[in-house]
Amino acid sequence: MTEPLLQIQHLTTCYGESRILRDVDLQMQGGQMVCLIGRNGVGKTTLLKTVMGLIRPRRGRIRLAGRDLLALPPHRRARAGIGYVPQGREIIPRLTVRDNLRLGLEARPGGLARHDRPDPQVFDLFPVLATMLERRGGDLSGGQQQQLAMARALQGRPRLLLLDEPTEGIQPNVVADIEKAVRRIMDRTGVSVLLVEQHLHFVRQAHTYYAMQKGGIVASGPTADLSQAVINRFLSV
Amino acid sequence: MTLLLESLFNGAAIGSVLLIAALGLAIVFGLMGVINLAHGELMMLGAYTTYVVQSFFKLPLLEPLFGGYIFVAVVVAFLVSGLVGLLLERSVIRRLYGRPLETLLATWGVSLILQQFVRTVPLAWSTGLWLAAMVALAGPLVGNRLWGLRQRPWLLRLGSWVVAAAVGVAAAGWIRGAMPKLARASARNVDVTAPRWLRGGLDLGDWTLPIPRLVIIGLTILAVVAVYWFLNRSLWGLRIRAVTQNRTMSDCLGIPTQTVDALTFGVGSGLAGVAGVAVSLLGSVGPNVGGDYIVGCFMVVVLGGVGNLWGAVVASAGIGVLTDVIGAGRLLEVWPQMPARLQQGVEFFATTSMARVLVFALIVLVLQVRPAGLFPQRGRMAEV
Repeated sequence: MTEPLLQIQHLTTCYGESRILRDVDLQMQGGQMVCLIGRNGVGKTTLLKTVMGLIRPRRGRIRLAGRDLLALPPHRRARAGIGYVPQGREIIPRLTVRDNLRLGLEARPGGLARHDRPDPQVFDLFPVLATMLERRGGDLSGGQQQQLAMARALQGRPRLLLLDEPTEGIQPNVVADIEKAVRRIMDRTGVSVLLVEQHLHFVRQAHTYYAMQKGGIVASGPTADLSQAVINRFLSV
Repeated sequence: MTLLLESLFNGAAIGSVLLIAALGLAIVFGLMGVINLAHGELMMLGAYTTYVVQSFFKLPLLEPLFGGYIFVAVVVAFLVSGLVGLLLERSVIRRLYGRPLETLLATWGVSLILQQFVRTVPLAWSTGLWLAAMVALAGPLVGNRLWGLRQRPWLLRLGSWVVAAAVGVAAAGWIRGAMPKLARASARNVDVTAPRWLRGGLDLGDWTLPIPRLVIIGLTILAVVAVYWFLNRSLWGLRIRAVTQNRTMSDCLGIPTQTVDALTFGVGSGLAGVAGVAVSLLGSVGPNVGGDYIVGCFMVVVLGGVGNLWGAVVASAGIGVLTDVIGAGRLLEVWPQMPARLQQGVEFFATTSMARVLVFALIVLVLQVRPAGLFPQRGRMAEV
């Protein structure tokens, strides 16, 4: 069997004395989409942040294609091939859309010094961005910022894309667009996606689901097997 | 008309000194949010650097080039203060990010240390120390190109330290012999000899422009343009703007944030050194010269609006013109028949120090009305 792209073992993360993640195990293969589900406050975002390196775990292991990530700070993990689209998008507000995209190039080998222009491929995926390159990132609407955040993460040609609730706070008609964009990104670039999501339709696009409760993984399996009972327990609809 | 021009020129002269002094602080305090009370002492180091460079140019070998030493001094002063700033950030400041009170105390302590340093250590040894530090930093970069050394990193590291120490001691020893004035430590002020073209004034009919002032205005414009270009056009500028606006996300995008911090602080400190060159042209240089400027620097940055380069430009120009208008009693010249009471008032404030008092009082009033400065950050990204 090939080595898994992302392998998380016995991961335990604490804020002070309260444990947020308890002994989390998770594995995903290259080219897959894996969805984390669970109600608010069960540790989904914390798990993504721990993978990105923003939070130091108390215990456990994180490997990307066999490489141990734990000792690396976030910017080294980005260069190792992780693209992060956080909750709330985190667009750099007073930089133009073009500069926001250029910053994404920093994660490629050689960084900004070698690559200076945004990869035009992203404008096929998100045509709206091509029309507003000179506008400030902070002036974009929520849906546009979401697209910009994904386009920016893709500039670094990551192997693994972490998407934290990409449809949160987005108008319903744009939700379907974002869902389609994620599918197209995966087809086009072969990137794997670790997704946190609440919309059931979107969740069903994933190959595998992991359900979380109180900081631990309590159920997992192919999304095709997602039964109504599991959905009622873990998705806040 | 002449009155207006004269007032504008004097204002620009006062303002440009303020601005060049505050420019580095606009980066360090404005962009990074570090309250650096040692900023004035970094200027003082720049002023002393000018003195040392000028002493070098008095040697027979470099004597013919004496007129140009000021340009060399600008570059060297940037490197001296920049290096000290870099070491300061690596050793002290970066442990204190997000803790303004501790930063305030620590940098105040650093400023005292730097003052005492120039009092007790002869300039010859300080120069040697700086050269040694530069060699130690540059050594690994050069050594890495030599294959034999690249294979043995410990040898490379040891080698560059040994070479650095040797260079430092040799340089200091040679300077002691060649320039006796630099051999002994002294708390007394020193005077920088300006080259001939820098003395005197430019005659414009009934009115002369002092050349040092003109040079400082030119240097300030150059520094502002350079900083603008660096922040808005260069790659490191892009990284710096990203990190100052959203540190966590910049880190996640692959930007080495600690390197960016060190570089930003180094550049801000280096600009203080350049300001020191300007200050050395205006008066004698002593250990306490930084203290005269530090308050003005913070005033300019706060009045202009923290994090806003143009705010600092406008604020320093405004303070400069206002100081001149009040300090020279310009109102009397414009309106000779003003009532006696008012006239007394204007005359009371028509001295340099009273003008400063009144300007600071006005700044306090302005900040009461606009607490975020003249040009605060606006829009939905303002709340940081």
